[in-house]
Amino acid sequence: MLATPPLPRLLPSGDAAITVEFSRTIDDVANQRVLALDRILARETIAGVTETVPTYRSLLVHYDPLRIDFDTLGVKLVTLAEQALPSNAKTRRWRIPVVYGGEHGIDLEDVAKILKTTTDDIVARHVGGDYRVAMIGFTPGWSYLSGLDTSLRMPRRQNPRLLTPAGTVSVGGVQAGIQCLAGPSGWHLLGRTAVRTYQLHRDPIFLLEPGDRVTFAAVDAATFAEQDRAAAAGEIVAELMAHE
Amino acid sequence: MSKLVISAIGPASSVQDGGRYGAQRYGLTPSGAMDRLALAAANGLVGNAPFAAAIEIGPFGASFVARQGAVRVGLTGASRNAAIAGRSIASDTSMTLAEGEILTLGFARGGSFSYVAIEGGIAGEPMFGSLAVNARAALGSPYPRPLQAGDELQTTPASSAPERRIELPRRVDGPIRVVMGPQDDEFADDAKHLFLDSEWKISAISDRMGYRLEGPAMEHLHGHNIVTDGTVNGSIQVPGNGQPIVLMADRGTSGGYPKIATVITADFGRFAQIPAGTGFRFQAISMALAQAELRKFAELLRTLPDRVKPIENFDLNIEALSDANVAGSAVSAVDIGTWQSPSPADASGPD
Repeated sequence: MLATPPLPRLLPSGDAAITVEFSRTIDDVANQRVLALDRILARETIAGVTETVPTYRSLLVHYDPLRIDFDTLGVKLVTLAEQALPSNAKTRRWRIPVVYGGEHGIDLEDVAKILKTTTDDIVARHVGGDYRVAMIGFTPGWSYLSGLDTSLRMPRRQNPRLLTPAGTVSVGGVQAGIQCLAGPSGWHLLGRTAVRTYQLHRDPIFLLEPGDRVTFAAVDAATFAEQDRAAAAGEIVAELMAHE
Repeated sequence: MSKLVISAIGPASSVQDGGRYGAQRYGLTPSGAMDRLALAAANGLVGNAPFAAAIEIGPFGASFVARQGAVRVGLTGASRNAAIAGRSIASDTSMTLAEGEILTLGFARGGSFSYVAIEGGIAGEPMFGSLAVNARAALGSPYPRPLQAGDELQTTPASSAPERRIELPRRVDGPIRVVMGPQDDEFADDAKHLFLDSEWKISAISDRMGYRLEGPAMEHLHGHNIVTDGTVNGSIQVPGNGQPIVLMADRGTSGGYPKIATVITADFGRFAQIPAGTGFRFQAISMALAQAELRKFAELLRTLPDRVKPIENFDLNIEALSDANVAGSAVSAVDIGTWQSPSPADASGPD
């Protein structure tokens, strides 16, 4: 590195958690630093730190104030953050099958109209993306992906839907997403995957980790139906490519 | 095995314990009791571990019947009229239901949640080490959803130990204390003063996910959208309409509204118990004071067993009854229909 990386801001999230903020905006370098600090804390555990939650631009560090106080932990986190740099660390890459359009992706045609192109073109641009799991949040397994083709960026829907299907693959703002459970969403629904990013009684219960790489592959409705049955029985229908 | 069968129960009632931690990085919220002190006290009354699973009962009434043997329970939390087979009983005491006897609980008064712990605990299959219900994630045991009439909770037969009572410190009515941040710099000083100087009320459109507050609208400096970041119990987020929402035990693990302040750990349970429609204020305190209060709260939890005393005679129980002031007749202002409404967070979706 040529220059010293900027120091993160330490923001109190109540009396038992610190937000380590690397950026105020969605910023790929900041996200990589968040993920790097998360890896460092997994390796060099600090007594009293109970749980870490990576997000786009900050790492939320939960701690037990009976074991470590705000100031002591803050100093340690800032020191470690200096080493938290974007790296070429090996990450897993998953290929996630998606059935696009029709009943599985009810906004695909509208998105094509808004962007003045064809549905095939939208699918090609979405499948062509090289994504990273920037964070997982909102509900179990809801994976927020960075790396969306800039031409697919568009504002979220004016009226969020109260119920969208399990496995929905969508875009919203600068982000792409894979949701696991059925639930509300204001994003544009492009398709569905049979992959369960969260499934009880399966090993692993959570499939994706923050920092994992993701690519999509288009499949037809019959393949989706078949994969959905297999996934319901506990199979991991995502393909794990080599670590890279 | 004895069992406690639910004869009738209102919404917002579920099996809760200390919660499931460790998977917030995957979007799984911890859940757990809204009022941890009341949970630990109820468990203490019946000799259970402090954060064992118990029944969290929302603002409305409930009734239970013991089957296949006697069942001992401990009752804490919001005051209610309570009776077993027609005999009035006091809050903060244990009591035993003989086979076939019915425990009835009225509406909550001066609080929102009561806890019924069962001697021997509730039989279930822990998920991530917890039986706590998280209905959105279909987690919780023996039922992954709020309790309903007809549900059965398996437990062990009541022991022959004497009944007990617990003397809890009187709850103060002072302001709810907060630590400012993490995004208080998204608000001008005027907005921060408005937040700290105004009286707030909890809206009836509230649930275990979030308490919506009613009061003056607060303006943001840079708009109401920030880049999603992590949340904690007690995060006070301010959405576009300027009306704060305090994130509670079933919160989303991340959120995209600026968070002006955070309720301190020691006051979270007291805040959770404020009934809808009752006015209260916030007070900002330093991190050092908040953590000192947290240590005091932890010490109170640790020493709860010392506060549990056997009830030696009936007179003492009568005394406990008058202490608990069960003769009052006020009813919670919360309406049964609105308490079931979709959560404020449900309307927005992921950020």
